[in-house]
Amino acid sequence: MRAKYLIGLVVILGSLAYLIFGGLGQNLVYFLTPSEYLQDQGRYQNRPVRLGGLVKEGTVRYDKDNLELRFILTDGVAEVPVVHRGTPPGMFKEGQGVVVEGRFQEGVFHGTNLLVKHSETYQAPKEGWTPEEVRKLIEEAK
Amino acid sequence: MLKLAQPDRPDILTRVFLGLGLLLLPVGFYLALSAPPDVNQGYLARIMYLHVPGAWLGYLAFFVTFLYSLLYLFRQDPRYDRVASSSAEIGLVFMGLALVTGMLWARPTWGVYWTWEPRLTTTAILFAVYVGYFLLRGAIEDPELRRKAAAAVGILGFINVPISYMSVKWWRSLHQTQSIDLTTGKIHMDPAMLQALLFNLFVFTLLYLGFVRFRSLLAALEARKEEA
Repeated sequence: MRAKYLIGLVVILGSLAYLIFGGLGQNLVYFLTPSEYLQDQGRYQNRPVRLGGLVKEGTVRYDKDNLELRFILTDGVAEVPVVHRGTPPGMFKEGQGVVVEGRFQEGVFHGTNLLVKHSETYQAPKEGWTPEEVRKLIEEAK
Repeated sequence: MLKLAQPDRPDILTRVFLGLGLLLLPVGFYLALSAPPDVNQGYLARIMYLHVPGAWLGYLAFFVTFLYSLLYLFRQDPRYDRVASSSAEIGLVFMGLALVTGMLWARPTWGVYWTWEPRLTTTAILFAVYVGYFLLRGAIEDPELRRKAAAAVGILGFINVPISYMSVKWWRSLHQTQSIDLTTGKIHMDPAMLQALLFNLFVFTLLYLGFVRFRSLLAALEARKEEA
């Protein structure tokens, strides 16, 4: 009786492990890097894709009047110009990791959704973080 | 076979866990609210003090379910099954807390409440498996078959826990990797924040231990009533 359970368990655990370490991993790619996309453009033609990378320093242009955000997304190898309509999320800044959902049109990536990837590091600001100081900062910013 | 003790009131240990947990909970909240903000996220980072303990307890509770499901299969003692299902119930509540706080955290930082990235997807699967655990328990009438089937799900479902934990490393994700990395031992966190987080993890763990003992007792009382 027990042996039967154990054999069944091993079979199922084994097949799950195969699924996870085998083929499944490739299909779980959440985003492509610009160079991966550019190498294999045919495969992603006319399909919505997610591109992930860093916002290149000094390339962010934001037009407040028509809410048009332009920047260059880079993975250090390839660069892609991105246009996104809408206010950028609060944590969006130069050098930040982002994931953009959208499509390529005539060499420009048109984003429909802009996600900001933040790091795993949590650091207190060097100065100005006591509640009083922060309140003052917020009041001054108005 | 030994006759199992069947107390009808929570024992000393249960009361100590619950009492200490409830007593220290406000201290944990105080520490969380007085911890420094994060350089990039500001005060948003404080959701961490609820989000991380929630996820940790989900993992811990499902591990206990795994352990007691195994014990049940080998010993066939309903007492182990009661602990397994109690723990799964509490795990589901805390995993739900982690999912909700995670969504509230994701909207202002990432920009969306939900996206099907690896950590979120594996956690959603994990949550769904334990919802299924209770559906299965409800669906089977024969008590012995119910316990065996539940034990099978409790054991197999646990495989999702390490997958969910490692998902941020195995696949490209939007979710950041672990700030307290158990695989490398590296900690990417300000000492003041780390203290507040560890304290909250400790308090939540105390509460879990109290909850699981208390819920198992309730399950035992229910079972006794059904037999009578």
